[in-house]
Amino acid sequence: MSNSHTLRLNGAAHEIHAGATLLELIVAFTGHPLRSDGSRVDGGRLGVAAAVGGIVVPRGRWAVYTVDDSDEIEIVTAVQGG
Amino acid sequence: MSITAPMSAPVSIADPFVVAGESFSSRLIMGTGGATSLALLEDALVASKTEITTVAIRRFSPEGRDSVFAMLERLGVRVLPNTAGCYTARDAILTAQLAREALETNWVKLEVIADEETLLPDPVELFRASEELVADGFRVFAYTNDDPALARRLEDVGVSAVMPAGSPIGSGLGILNPHNIETIVSRASVPVVLDAGVGTASDAALAMELGVDAVLLASAVTRAQDPAAMARAMRAGVEAGRLARAAGRIPRRRLAWASSTSQGRIAARPSEADL
Repeated sequence: MSNSHTLRLNGAAHEIHAGATLLELIVAFTGHPLRSDGSRVDGGRLGVAAAVGGIVVPRGRWAVYTVDDSDEIEIVTAVQGG
Repeated sequence: MSITAPMSAPVSIADPFVVAGESFSSRLIMGTGGATSLALLEDALVASKTEITTVAIRRFSPEGRDSVFAMLERLGVRVLPNTAGCYTARDAILTAQLAREALETNWVKLEVIADEETLLPDPVELFRASEELVADGFRVFAYTNDDPALARRLEDVGVSAVMPAGSPIGSGLGILNPHNIETIVSRASVPVVLDAGVGTASDAALAMELGVDAVLLASAVTRAQDPAAMARAMRAGVEAGRLARAAGRIPRRRLAWASSTSQGRIAARPSEADL
């Protein structure tokens, strides 16, 4: 049994330890410490959203969502455009 | 009348722009695409006195630049996320849902594009996405073409604003079919926002004279040689066009109509050529 997962994050292969939650993944990826409800510890607006397999996972559920092998995850934010 | 108070301190607004249940003083909506730096963009946004600004939704990049979202929050500008880059209703709907979650707003500028060259809306996918997003509680600002029939269809499914293009995105060609824009305006019961193709201030003024409720532009300012100066010009152009429309222009005449009275003229004297 492997103790790491390989999933796809923003179109690229990404390794993370087995049992990791979406919250842990987002904290590692964005570099922003987050509370269990998905809000920033420093009180600022995170401005980030996540979808797994084309379905949005609300930030309140990031802490309870355990990522899995071959999950396709998109983590997005607002950028200049339009 | 210029409003300098931030959005959090509402003042009485003359001739407010009302959309999706909220009132604004400015009728100039700005886009953020095309600016070469956030500092230049900020200067332009401040100069424009805009109160609503669009952003795109893209993958988060750890090496990414500073947050445009944070800047707009600091400026007190209402953020309107768009679905730029989506070619299908499915992608646009997912993007809108992600935007709602990330930016905590149910406002979305819905763009569903047919092809990369023209960036024209795909009417079928746009209609489908509008229907579904409205049903899901979004306030949809629908980027559309200048077809009055499609505009009416979108209004009928409950979009909060209809946003016809004057000409292709980023083209600077201005308003290619003023007749159609006027027709859309005359039949609409939701706000009409001229969106795409504005090149210079006179285009924005013309749009307002045709009766649109607001103008949305990005490239005309962000890609101008002096973005902040052009932003000021656009603000003035939008105001001028709105004032002119309200003032009641003179009709177009085929022949001249002298503005000076003919009464009290001095006696006509024969010219040298007649003697």
